[in-house]
Amino acid sequence: MIRVALGELRKLRRPTLSIPTFAIISALSTFFTWWVFHSVGNGHNGQRGESISSTTLSTPVGFAYGFTIMSFFLGMAAFSIFASQTANEYTLGTLRNLLVRQPSRVKLLAGKFLAMSTFALIMNTFAAFTSFITGYLMAGQAKVNTHSWFTSAGLSHFGKSYLNIFISVIAFGTIGMAVGIILRSPISSLAIGLIWFVIVENILGGLITSTVKWLPGQNLMLVGDGGQAGSTISYSHALGMSALYLLVLIALSGTLFKRRDVAS
Amino acid sequence: MNTSHLNQMAISVKGLTKIYGERKAVSQANFEVPLGSICGFVGPNGSGKTTTIRMLLGLIEPSAGSGEVLGSSINKPSEYLSKVGAMIEGPAFYPALSGAENLKVLANIGGYPLSRVPELLKVVGLADRAGSKYKTYSLGMKQRLGIAAALLPNPQLLILDEPTNGLDPNGIQEIRNLLRELAEGGTSVFVSSHLLSELEMIAEYLVMLREGQVIYFGKTEDLLHAQQSFIVVTAEYAVDNDRLHALLADANFRVVARDGKLVIDGAKESAAEINRIAFSAGITLAELAMEKPTLEETFFDMTGDAE
Repeated sequence: MIRVALGELRKLRRPTLSIPTFAIISALSTFFTWWVFHSVGNGHNGQRGESISSTTLSTPVGFAYGFTIMSFFLGMAAFSIFASQTANEYTLGTLRNLLVRQPSRVKLLAGKFLAMSTFALIMNTFAAFTSFITGYLMAGQAKVNTHSWFTSAGLSHFGKSYLNIFISVIAFGTIGMAVGIILRSPISSLAIGLIWFVIVENILGGLITSTVKWLPGQNLMLVGDGGQAGSTISYSHALGMSALYLLVLIALSGTLFKRRDVAS
Repeated sequence: MNTSHLNQMAISVKGLTKIYGERKAVSQANFEVPLGSICGFVGPNGSGKTTTIRMLLGLIEPSAGSGEVLGSSINKPSEYLSKVGAMIEGPAFYPALSGAENLKVLANIGGYPLSRVPELLKVVGLADRAGSKYKTYSLGMKQRLGIAAALLPNPQLLILDEPTNGLDPNGIQEIRNLLRELAEGGTSVFVSSHLLSELEMIAEYLVMLREGQVIYFGKTEDLLHAQQSFIVVTAEYAVDNDRLHALLADANFRVVARDGKLVIDGAKESAAEINRIAFSAGITLAELAMEKPTLEETFFDMTGDAE
C-alpha cells in the first residue's frame, strides 16, 4: 500500500497539477480572508451574507474564520482531484499497468487513497496557512485584536476547524474517488459531481428546505463548518448522514473495483 | 534456452474459457509454454489473444478452466506477477509525466530499485529522451517505453502484446535481438505479433488461435515441417508462363499463378516431370525450386484469414 502511495504521489506532485492547485487554493484563501477583514463594518462579509464584526474576529473564532469559508472550495477541489486521478486510470488504460505491478486491488485502492489524502492534507494546510497570514496582516487595518487567537481557546478552535474541514475535504474526495470508479470517465465524474453539489443541491435545498438534512453535499458542508449556529441540523446528524453516504459509496465502488474485469 | 527446467512450464492453461454474454471470447484453450523459450501467440484480430493474456495477468476472471503461470495458479496473480513483465494492448502511460517518471511510478508500485529506470531506458534506446513528456513521444518511442516497463521486474516471464507496433525496421531488429538475448538468459517470452515473419525467426514455440480456440500449439518448426511443400517455377520469358500453366494443368498438376511465378502442389519427385514438360514445349525455366510455406502462409491457410 505504501509503495502504491509513493507511486501515486509521484503523479500528484507533477507541476501541471500541483502548481495550479496550490495557486488557486492560495488565491481563494487569501481573497476570502481579505474580504472578511477588509469589509468589517460594511456588513455581508461573512458566510451566507452574515455580518462579521471586528469584535467577533477578535474572539478565538476569528483565528479560523477566513479558513472556514474555504471549506466547500477545498471539498470541491478534493472531489475533482480524487475523481479525475481515479477515472483517468481507466481512460488512459494505465490501470492494467498498475494492477500488473500490484495485483491486490484493495491495496492499490488504499494506496491511491492514502496518497490523495496526503495531497489533500497539504492542500488543507496550505489554505489554513495563507488564510492565517492574510488575517494576521489585515488585523490591524480591521481593528481586530489578535490576542485571543493565540490563547488555548483560540488554538483549540483553530484545531477543531482544521479537523472538521479536513474530514469534510476527505469525505468529498472519497465521494469523488467512488464516482470515478463507478463512471470510469473523468469528464462524466467531474460534470455529474460538480453539477450535483454546486447546482442541484442548492436548488433542491432552496425549493424544499426539508431536503437539506438529507443531501450529502449540504451535510458535508455542515461538517466542514463545524455545525452552523442557528441551523436546524445538528453537527452529529451531519456527521452521521455523511458517514452513511460514504459507507454506501465505498461498498458499491469497492465491490465494483474488486470484481470488474479490467478490459480497457 | 535455459535447460535446467525442461519439464516445467512458464505458462500452462487447461480449458481456459472467457464468455461475454453469449459470445465466447476464448473457448477451452489448452496450451503450454516451456520455461526459457520464446513462444509466439498468433491469431486474427478478435481471435481472443488479448483476452487470454488478460486472464494470465489476473486482469479478467476466466469463466471456466484453469491455468498456471510460473507454477502458480492464475487465480492467485499476486504469487507470480512480481516475476512477470507485461505489455498489454500497446503502451499506456501518463501523458504529462516524462518517460523516466512514468517508469519510476511503476518502479515505486512494484518495489523495484529506481536505479533500474535509467538502465532500462538505455536498453530500449530512450536514454536521451528520458526527461521528455510521454505525450511528446512518437509511436515507436511509446512502444519502447512499454517494453522498458515490462522489463522493470527483471522478469522470469515476459508477456508482450504486439511489441513491434510502430517500430521502424531497425527498431524491430533491436527488439528481436533483445528478446533473443532475454531468452538466452533464461527469460521465457510469450509474444503476440502480427509480424509473422518476425515470429518465424525467433519463436521456438507457437500458439495459434482462431475464433477463441487454440488450433495449434507446439514447436514452430514442427508446424512448418508438417506443411506440404510446393514447387515454384518461372519461365525464362514471362510470355511462356501462361502456356506452361496450361501444359501443367493438362498433366493434372494443381497450378496457381502468383506474382509472375507458377506455384505447383507436389513432392520433390514432380520436379523432374515439370522440367520435362517445359523442355518438350521449348520453354526454358529460369527457376525450379522446392519451397515450404512460410509461417504467414501457414497462418492464412489455418485461420482462413487473408487480411
